[in-house]
Amino acid sequence: MKILGSEITPYKTYLNRRKFIKGSLASAMLATVTSSALANHESDPSIYSKNLNENDKLNSYEEITTYNNFYEFGTHKKHPHLNSGNFKPRPWTIKIDGLVKKPQTFDLEKILSNVTIEDRVYRLRCVEAWSMVIPWQGFQLSELIRMAEPLSSAKYVQFVTVFRPEEMPGQQKRTIIWPYREGLRIDEAMNPLTILATGLYGHEMPNQNGAPIRLVVPWKYGFKSIKSIVEIRFLDTQPETSWETLAPWEYGFYANVNPNVNHPRWSQGTERRIGEFKRRETLMFNGYEEEVAHLYKNLDLTKFY
Amino acid sequence: MFSTRNFNRSKPVLFILILFPSLLWAYQFVIGDLGVNPIEKLMDELGLMALRLIIITLMITTLSNIKPFKSIVVLRRMIGLFAFYYVCLHFSTYIVLDHFLDMQFIIQDIIKRPFITFGFISFLFLIPLASTSTNNMIKRLGFKLWKKIHYLIYPVAILASMHFYVLVRADKTEPVIYMGIIILLLLHRMFKRLTRPQLSQ
Repeated sequence: MKILGSEITPYKTYLNRRKFIKGSLASAMLATVTSSALANHESDPSIYSKNLNENDKLNSYEEITTYNNFYEFGTHKKHPHLNSGNFKPRPWTIKIDGLVKKPQTFDLEKILSNVTIEDRVYRLRCVEAWSMVIPWQGFQLSELIRMAEPLSSAKYVQFVTVFRPEEMPGQQKRTIIWPYREGLRIDEAMNPLTILATGLYGHEMPNQNGAPIRLVVPWKYGFKSIKSIVEIRFLDTQPETSWETLAPWEYGFYANVNPNVNHPRWSQGTERRIGEFKRRETLMFNGYEEEVAHLYKNLDLTKFY
Repeated sequence: MFSTRNFNRSKPVLFILILFPSLLWAYQFVIGDLGVNPIEKLMDELGLMALRLIIITLMITTLSNIKPFKSIVVLRRMIGLFAFYYVCLHFSTYIVLDHFLDMQFIIQDIIKRPFITFGFISFLFLIPLASTSTNNMIKRLGFKLWKKIHYLIYPVAILASMHFYVLVRADKTEPVIYMGIIILLLLHRMFKRLTRPQLSQ
């Protein structure tokens, strides 16, 4: 499985590219952008070809940014694209607390200056049985965990999304319990596949995709990949997560992509790749079995779904 | 103004109005103007339209109890048949476009997933209604039996709204509104029966 980019683009290059296009970007992303940086990434997907599995094709920027589940901006797929214009992803801080050597709040810029931004092309499989292939830019979560210096008693990591009802209209309604929360076991969090993404298609993370920084855990259903993170907590017990709290019979803590575990609403055996007509077979761990199956050696995945 | 004649006259306009969305969606589907997940979008729009039409037929019956609107009942059959039309399109989108006639998968889906079970039963119950909708059939069956068959619209409406309710993951406002309307309409019918039993005979 090819997942690691052999072509690692330094984050500074992205920043420079962004400076170049910043003027034309207000709230409506991209509608009028004709910048060369974007054109490179979008019209020349060969930038990512080394990261791309042979059966996969990249989804377009439009597909990735107009069809989202991000209930903070509304429950329809179009809502995040339509309602996220007022969200201000800068300045941004992330609070680190719980079982760490020293609880602290990091400025996002400070985090970014200490990590290596790289390209990662991942399949994203939503629990609703659709999927996409997305070229992310980001860094391994393990890098931030090292900066955070968790104690050895920390067994789980919890993530919390920002709560700003005035900028996120979906939060004005109690659709789910705000703020959105997710969690991982620490070994899942340290796995090299797990990244914090800050961009896609060489572009700063669009608001509707979880600006300015979001988790991407490609072998789990999309709802695990929490967006717009403001807090990371280290714990010794399994944290509560939003969807599991709302409907535990439907969504588990692990939420690994698994075609063999039935879901009361959607068959998980197949999926529709956005842009394709016929359904595809869903792969165990979303096709990342080689990299992650060992994490669940002793776990009954039908019980811990 | 609300005479049978006027209601009958409005039928051709109504026919085109109700037919139009299906043609529009079909066109949008073909030219690729239904968003990035067009099959899902098509299925959602068709299903929602069908549910709304089912509820409208129930409303028409209630409304026709009010004297000035008595004649509105002449519109009920056409709207009911349109509901069936949209349910058929909704179901065939699911069978053909969504699952490419993979019957084994579809049967499993219908059995295993409660929301699909509800929708499927609702669809089955609509078949006898649609197929006994002609005047000739009313005559052949006798009004009493015909009416009994058409009570199936109540389970149809309830199952259809449950189908929608279970499908929605969060923010169930819209399906709850539909369910509320259906329950109110049914309560009204029950109340009428209890207070004026001689009229129901």
